Amino acid sequence: MADDLLKPDELLARTDHRPPATGWMDTPVNIRKGMYCYAANPKSVEYLSLPYARQWNPVEDDWKLPENWKQIIFEGIRERLDKFRSFKIFMDICVRCGACADKCHFFIGTGDPRNMPVLRAELLRSIYRNDFTTAGKIFGKVAGARPMTTEVLKEWWYYFFQCTECRRCSVFCPYGIDTAEITIIARELLNLLGLNIDWIATPVANCFRTGNHLGIQPHAFKDMLEFFVDDLEEITGIKVEPSFNRKGADILFITPSGDVFADPGTYTCMGYMLLFHYLREKYGFDITWSTYASEGGNFGFFTSHETMKRLNSKMYAEAKRLGVKWILGGECGHMWRVIHQYMDTMNGPADFLEEPVSPITGTKFESSRGTKMVHIAEFLADLIKHGKLDLDPGRNDNVKVTFHDSCNPARGMGLLDEPRYVIKNVCKHFYEMPPNTIRENTFCCGSGSGLNAGEDMELRLSGGLPRANAVKYVHQKHGVNMLACVCAIDRAVLPPLMDYWVPGVGVTGLTELVANALILPGEKERETNLRGEPLPGMEE
Amino acid sequence: MNAKYMFSLVAVIVLFLLAYAGVEAAGLHVLFGVVIPYAAIAVFTVGFVWRIVNWAQSPVPFRIPSTCGQQKSLPWIKPAVIDNPATTGAVVIRMILEILFFRSLFRNLKFHFNEGNRFSYIWEKWLWLGALAFHWAFLAVVVRHLRFFAEPVPFWVQWVEQLDSFFRVEFITDFLQIGLPGIFLSGLVLLAATIYLLLRRIVIPQVKYISLAADFFPLFLIIGIALSGILMRYFLKEDIVGIKEFTMGLVTFHPSIPKNVSGIFYVHLFFVSVLLAYFPFSKLMHLGGIFMSPTRNLANNSRTQRHVNPWNYPVKVHSYEEYEEEFREKMIEAGLPVEKEL
Ligand code: HEM
Ligand code: SF4
Ligand code: SF4
Repeated sequence: MADDLLKPDELLARTDHRPPATGWMDTPVNIRKGMYCYAANPKSVEYLSLPYARQWNPVEDDWKLPENWKQIIFEGIRERLDKFRSFKIFMDICVRCGACADKCHFFIGTGDPRNMPVLRAELLRSIYRNDFTTAGKIFGKVAGARPMTTEVLKEWWYYFFQCTECRRCSVFCPYGIDTAEITIIARELLNLLGLNIDWIATPVANCFRTGNHLGIQPHAFKDMLEFFVDDLEEITGIKVEPSFNRKGADILFITPSGDVFADPGTYTCMGYMLLFHYLREKYGFDITWSTYASEGGNFGFFTSHETMKRLNSKMYAEAKRLGVKWILGGECGHMWRVIHQYMDTMNGPADFLEEPVSPITGTKFESSRGTKMVHIAEFLADLIKHGKLDLDPGRNDNVKVTFHDSCNPARGMGLLDEPRYVIKNVCKHFYEMPPNTIRENTFCCGSGSGLNAGEDMELRLSGGLPRANAVKYVHQKHGVNMLACVCAIDRAVLPPLMDYWVPGVGVTGLTELVANALILPGEKERETNLRGEPLPGMEE
Repeated sequence: MNAKYMFSLVAVIVLFLLAYAGVEAAGLHVLFGVVIPYAAIAVFTVGFVWRIVNWAQSPVPFRIPSTCGQQKSLPWIKPAVIDNPATTGAVVIRMILEILFFRSLFRNLKFHFNEGNRFSYIWEKWLWLGALAFHWAFLAVVVRHLRFFAEPVPFWVQWVEQLDSFFRVEFITDFLQIGLPGIFLSGLVLLAATIYLLLRRIVIPQVKYISLAADFFPLFLIIGIALSGILMRYFLKEDIVGIKEFTMGLVTFHPSIPKNVSGIFYVHLFFVSVLLAYFPFSKLMHLGGIFMSPTRNLANNSRTQRHVNPWNYPVKVHSYEEYEEEFREKMIEAGLPVEKEL
C-alpha cells in the first residue's frame, strides 16, 4: 500500500456528502492521484488491434487525441444508440428523482457528487442531448445539454473508470436504469480513442495471447498447479493429479487465473484440486483443466462488447476441441455475469455439448441446459444436499464466517442461496451482515470492473468502505474473522480493504472452506488447514 | 435563489400571461381554444408514437435483467419468483408491480453517515408515497376529465368519480362555501403531491444538485394545471354545461367557442396543451420507457433459453492452433498434450 495514503480516520473526515456550491457542469474535474489508473500500455492496445495505441498520460494536458476525435465519439454514440435499446432508453427517461444517488459505494465513500449514478450518467446524457435530441438542440443548457470538449472527455474518463459496473443503482431505479450499462457503453466510446486503463488493457492482451489475464504460459500454468500438488501432499498426505488439456474428459473446468497466482485465491485453487481428487477417488469423476481456456474472468467485458466476445470465445472453442460433455465454472463474479447473460448469445449455441448432469448425483442442472455451464456453488450445493461429501465442519471451527455477495452473481444472475447453503454445511459459525448490505443490496468490493490496480488505492478503499463497514458491524457484534466470497477479484482486493478498515478479518473462497472440511479417503490426520495454519485443537 | 427553478417558474408564468392576456385582451379565443389544443394533441400523438417506434427500432442484443433475488436453480432452493423472474408470466407480474406500485422505488434505502463513523441504510418511503400519490391522483384526474369528452359519460368514469368524491368534504360558513359541488380528492392530492415533489427538489441538497430546469418545468406546469382547475371548480364555478358543449365540439370536430367562460379556463386548457406537446420531447416519456426497460422486462433465463443478438458478428479470436503454434515446444517439454507434434 502506498505510503502517502491517508489514515482511515482522515479518509472518513474528508468525505463530505454535501454538494459544492457550483453546478456540476461548471465545476472543473481534478484528476487526482490515488483515484485513477494508469493509461494503457500502447503495446497491449496494439496487440489487440484496437485503435490509437499511443503513450499518453491522464494528468498531462495533451492526451494526443486523433484530429477527428469528436466525430469518432459522435459516430460511436450514434452506432450504439442503434444497437442497444437499453442505451437509448436509459438516455431518454431518467427523471432525476435521485433514488439511485446514495446507492453507489463510490458516492458513499467519496462524497463526490459525480459519483451519484444519476450524475455519472448525466455526464454522457448531457452530450447525447446536445447532439441527438430536439430539446437539447433548441434549449441547450436549460435542457441539460452541453457541447463536447476535451474537458468533458477527461471527465468521462475519470468517472467512468470510477464505476465498478456493480448494478446496485439499477436495483433501486424505478425504471431499472442501469448505470453499469451506461458505463459499459461509455468505456467502449473511450476505447474508440485508445483511452483504456492499463490494468484492463494489458490483462486483456495477455488473455488473448496466453489464455489468461496474468500471461501465464502453458508450461508455467501446469508448474504452478503442480506446486500446489506438493503443498496438498504435505497437508493431507495425498497426491492429487490434476490433468490438463485432456481430450475425452467428461467435464472441462474453467476458473479465474487469479486463483492460480496469489494468496488467498491459491487456497481456493487448492480446494478445487482436492475436491476433484475426492470426487474421482469416490465416484470416478472425470474433469480436466485447460491451459488455453485458463481464464474464467473477462476483462474484455470492461473494454467493449466485442473484446468480451473475443476473449470469451475460448471457453466453447476449448470445450469443443476437447470433446467434453459440459463445463464447470469456478468462483468468479464478472466471469459469471458474462457466462450467464452474454455467452450463449455471443458465442453459442453450444449444441456440441450435452445438457449438464451431475455424474455423481444424477441431478440435471435444468437452469443451465442452454449454456451448458454450471457454477461450482450450484454443483457443490447439489453434492452436499445428496450427502455425497464427507465433511467435518469442526475443522473450520476457528473461523467465524460472513458472506460477501459479489455484485455480478447477485444482481446479474441471482446466485445467493447456493453459496450460503454450502457455507452453512462446512462451517458452524456463520453470521449474515445487515440485510440492507447483502444479497441484491450487496455492496461492491470497490475494485471491480478492472479497477483493482495499485495506483488507485485511495479510490478502492473509499469505494470499499460501505462493504467494510458492514463487515465491521459483524466483526464487532459476533467476532466474525473471515469474509467468504465467490470471486477471484474479491479474494485479491478484500484483504487490503479489510486490513485498512477492519483489521483482523481474513478473506476466503467458498471451495477453500469446503476443502478444509472435506475428509479424503486415506488422508493422514490433518494438522493444518490449506493455509498451513493449525486446525482447531491442533495448536501447540 | 436558484436559476434552474426560477427559469421554469418564470416560463410557466409567461405561459399563463400569454393565455390570459391572449384571450381577455386580444380576444384570441379561437387560437387558444381550438388551434392550440388540436395542434398539441397532434404533436403528442405523433411524437409519442415516433418515440416508441424509435426505441423499438433498436434491438435488445443481450438479456440483462437486474436480478433482485434468488435465481431459479436447484429444485430445492426457493427462487424469488417475481424479483428474479424466470418465466414470461413472472416478468408480467414484475412489470405490473413496477408500473402500478413502483416496486423498485419502494425499496429505497436512505444512507446516513452517523456519529462514530457508523453507517445506516434506512427504509425511506416518502418519495415512494409521494410519487404514488402524484401518479394515481393524476390518473384519477385524467379519467374524470373524460366526462367532458364522451356523451353519455361512460360508467367507469362515473365509478372513478364516485370513488374519488367518496370522502366528501363539506365546509360551509357564512363566507365560504366549499363542499358543493362535492370535493374531489384527486385534485387536492395531485396538488399536494406535486408540491411535495417540488419541495423535495429544492430542499434536499443532492436532489437539488442533480435537478435541471427541465425537471422543475413539468412540476410548475402541473401545479398550474391543478391550481387553475381547482380555482374554476370551487371558486369561479365555471359554466360546466357550456364547457361540455365546447369539449364535445372539439372531439366531434365541430369546434365552437363557448360564451360566459373566463380567461382562467383558457389558461387551464393552454397549460394542458403545453404539457401534451412537451411530453414526447421530455423525460415524461418514462411513461413509455418503463414498459421497454431491458433490465426489468426480460426473464432471467439466458442459461436455459437461447437469445439471439440480431447484429452478432464474427470477431477476431486467437484460435487454439495459433496458441499451440506459439507454445508447442514448451508444451511438449512440460508434458502437455498437443495436436501437432514438432
Ligand atoms: C405508466 C405510467 C407511469 C409510471 C409507471 C410512472 C412512474 C414514475 C416514477 C416511478 C417516477 C419517479 C418518482 C418521482 O419522482 O415521483 C415518476 C416521476 C414523474 N412522473 Fe411519472 N410515471 C408514469 C406516467 C406519468 C405521466 C402520464 C406523467 C404526466 C405528466 C408523469 C409525470 C411525472 C413527473 C413530472 C415526474 C417527476 C416528479 C419529480 O420531478 O420529482 N408520469 N414517474
Ligand atoms: S433512480 Fe433512475 S430515474 Fe431516478 S435519478 Fe436514478 S437513474 Fe434517474
Ligand atoms: S453500477 Fe455501481 S459503481 Fe456504477 S454507478 Fe451504479 S452503483 Fe455506482
